[in-house]
Amino acid sequence: MKLTVDGKIHEVDVEPDMPLLWVLRDELGITGVKYGCGIAQCGACTVHVDGVAIRSCQQPVGDLEGEVTTINGLGTPEALHAVQAAWIAHQVAQCGYCQSGQIMSAAALLAENNNPSDADIDDAMSGNLCRCGTYPRIREAVKTAASNLRSA
Amino acid sequence: MGRLKTFTRRAFLIGSVAVAGGVAFGAYVVKKPHANPLLDDLGEGEAALTPYVRIDAGGVTLITPRADKGQGAYSVQAALIAEELDVELDQVKVDPGPPSAAYWNTALAEEAATFMAPGGGVGEKIAYGALSAVMKTIGMQITGGSTTVPDGFVKLRQAGAVARETLKLAASQKSGVATGDLRTEAGRVLLPDGSALTYVELAPIAATIDPPQDIELRAPSEWRLIGKPMQRVDIVAKSTGTQDYGIDHKVDGMVHAAVKLNPAQTGPLVRFDAGEALKMRGVSKVIAVTGGIAAIADNTWRAFQAVDAVEAEWGPAPFPATMDEHWQALADSFNEDALDSRKRDDGDVEIAIAETGAVVSAEYRAPYLAHAPMEPISAIVRIDEDGAEVWTGTQIPRFVQNNVGRIAGIDPETVTVHVLYMGGSFGHRLEDEVVKQAAEIAVQMKGTPVKLTYSREEDMGHDFPRQIAMARMRGVVRDGKVETYDLGIAMPSVVLSQMGRQGLSMPGPDSQIVAGAWDQPFAIPNQRISGYRAPELAPISSWRSVGASSNGFFYNAGLDELIHAAGADPMEERLRLCNDPGARKVLEAVAEMSGWDGVLGNGRGRGVALTQSFGVHCAEVIEVSDTGSGIRIDKAFVAAEVGTVVDPVNFDNLVKGGVIFALGHAMNCEITYTDGIADQTNFDSFEGMRMYQCPAIEVRGLENGDRVLGIGEPPVPPAAAALAGAIFAATGTRLREMPFSKFIDFA
Repeated sequence: MKLTVDGKIHEVDVEPDMPLLWVLRDELGITGVKYGCGIAQCGACTVHVDGVAIRSCQQPVGDLEGEVTTINGLGTPEALHAVQAAWIAHQVAQCGYCQSGQIMSAAALLAENNNPSDADIDDAMSGNLCRCGTYPRIREAVKTAASNLRSA
Repeated sequence: MGRLKTFTRRAFLIGSVAVAGGVAFGAYVVKKPHANPLLDDLGEGEAALTPYVRIDAGGVTLITPRADKGQGAYSVQAALIAEELDVELDQVKVDPGPPSAAYWNTALAEEAATFMAPGGGVGEKIAYGALSAVMKTIGMQITGGSTTVPDGFVKLRQAGAVARETLKLAASQKSGVATGDLRTEAGRVLLPDGSALTYVELAPIAATIDPPQDIELRAPSEWRLIGKPMQRVDIVAKSTGTQDYGIDHKVDGMVHAAVKLNPAQTGPLVRFDAGEALKMRGVSKVIAVTGGIAAIADNTWRAFQAVDAVEAEWGPAPFPATMDEHWQALADSFNEDALDSRKRDDGDVEIAIAETGAVVSAEYRAPYLAHAPMEPISAIVRIDEDGAEVWTGTQIPRFVQNNVGRIAGIDPETVTVHVLYMGGSFGHRLEDEVVKQAAEIAVQMKGTPVKLTYSREEDMGHDFPRQIAMARMRGVVRDGKVETYDLGIAMPSVVLSQMGRQGLSMPGPDSQIVAGAWDQPFAIPNQRISGYRAPELAPISSWRSVGASSNGFFYNAGLDELIHAAGADPMEERLRLCNDPGARKVLEAVAEMSGWDGVLGNGRGRGVALTQSFGVHCAEVIEVSDTGSGIRIDKAFVAAEVGTVVDPVNFDNLVKGGVIFALGHAMNCEITYTDGIADQTNFDSFEGMRMYQCPAIEVRGLENGDRVLGIGEPPVPPAAAALAGAIFAATGTRLREMPFSKFIDFA
């Protein structure tokens, strides 16, 4: 089957019930997308499908409709997305393992609403667990990214 | 082999040695240095020592032997070297280096020795010596105990300074300019005429020069990195999905493995039938490993599916089947036969209580807790006829080396361990079951790299959790003051369980049973802290702040009840009782930060707690509101005394993270066992704190002390007690057992 990830078309030969997460990680080698829980409770595997944030661990690849964007396609070290730039400016990451998912959730929020309230941020981000406890920095980074996007 | 040159400065031996196209500088910290780790990798005509700095044609590499599991260890170690070496962190490589006994952790030994002879003097020296010998023998290159900064603070700067001065001598030799006229900056030696020589071009000359012997470390006023906000070396990679964690790592030709272990923790496998699993796509093999079965496939998900399809019969867990029995085992341990330590016994609590009767007595409980870092554990192992290679995120590379060597039947020195980035740990990666199981598979597939990835369910359900613990207190108050505090703590020995899995025993009492309680800075006239060793129950392991993680709650919660009985204010009475100037300052700091002025009222409440753990006094004030639909944690104020804040950004991040970690678990986390099977195996039932629950947190680092201390763990122990105190103030409900969600709701 064919799927479009980060602007590239890929042909994969996998079972249709294989979660998108594992197709991305093990078949396509896109390891910025993280496995955390496998049951949509932690958000580490968050990607965008046509701009909407989804948990890729719960998306059978056979049912996928739309183009996938991962953390690796959102921006790169050389060409950062505004959310990634804010994450760096605020030094958000500790272990960093959840941050791919956090950044993807934040990017989806800001694409819809570039001036989110604290409650909007909590609503959009509370599905993403961080065991290191970087939430205060995530909040600030989302606000910085929103401000930069508004003035861009 | 090149010439090995060393000289002595203070406690450390610093040396340099030629390497291919350059020079390495490093420190020996024992009188008889252990074998050198880099020797194995070096070719003819090269030699090396325990290196912290390596300069060759490829550039400058800073070697940072304490593992980075998210706490910023690589950055802080690199910064300490760079401070004296005069390199910028964005122009160097940072490498954790190979496992070596020479990287043993001196600060970890000091922490344990302090307990063994708290009075100091000769006894302390003997205890320290005995423990040091044990740690040297096993070459304990361990990351833990908040020791990365204390262990490296002098050693790493010294290595940088020696390297810098040797490079200046090399520049002097090459240019004819006296060293006094040379300066160093950004990886170069600057000459008076404005030209510069790079460290890389000077390295081969430096390798021929004896390192100078009398280098003063720079005064704090000259520091350009320490104490200033730093950018972590991994921040860009971790913000762009390009950081290679253990679970992401690939080795050519590797196969994917998954395990299904006996759900009854550490129970045996009786039989299994892999018929269905072996018919599944991509599945090549199903074999028994210690504790369960493993499936090998061509993809992680297929391996997960395959192990789930195996039918297995399991034996029972070797510990009590019900939680009631676990708690009963703790309750039965409060007796003189089980007394493990009584390091504090001031005044006479028995007489004081006999005179008036205890005004307060209470029992407290802390549950088993999973470590549950966001990255499930994994390891890649390849075993060949005459060696092995391991790629994994670990805090114990030396144990890994030995265990893989044993399983492969080869000399451990032929096992190469690559320590990879870790997506969290909290102590989880002080265990190496995943590596051992990967080695058990790999030994049956010689030459093929085997990547074993745990599913979240296996990771959490087979974690060796934080200890279960119980405390009982009695006390007396008089004239509005706390006068008598008798606290007993019962728990199984974490050290015994953890070291037992490595085939080691630790003699003497277990300091962790009373850590965070026996040595607190409060002068209560009659005060007794007793540690009781409960029998081994479920296997347990070190969890962020170890014994203090439960005992910080017990000690402060008990103290709060006495203060309340005395009719005193929790902050004022702590300040009155406090007998340590550093501890007083952190209490005063949180009082000022929070504007502490007695009760808040209107359904709001505040609580305070202070715990000294890992040498750090950390005080916290928590404020909550009773919203009607549950308790909301509004604010947290934290102050900690660490001597020197090396990186204010990382300090702030680690403190906030520690508070959130502690509050989340106090709110809603526990591991319980039914018939030896963990009832919680994923984040749906072991949740912790989510963003909507996260309070505003204000942090202050105090720098009055003369010792540099680590901050990874100390913010954890006081948080639950401060929260319980706040909830009591807001609602009148006294919480004595974690998680608090068993008794109240959180908004």
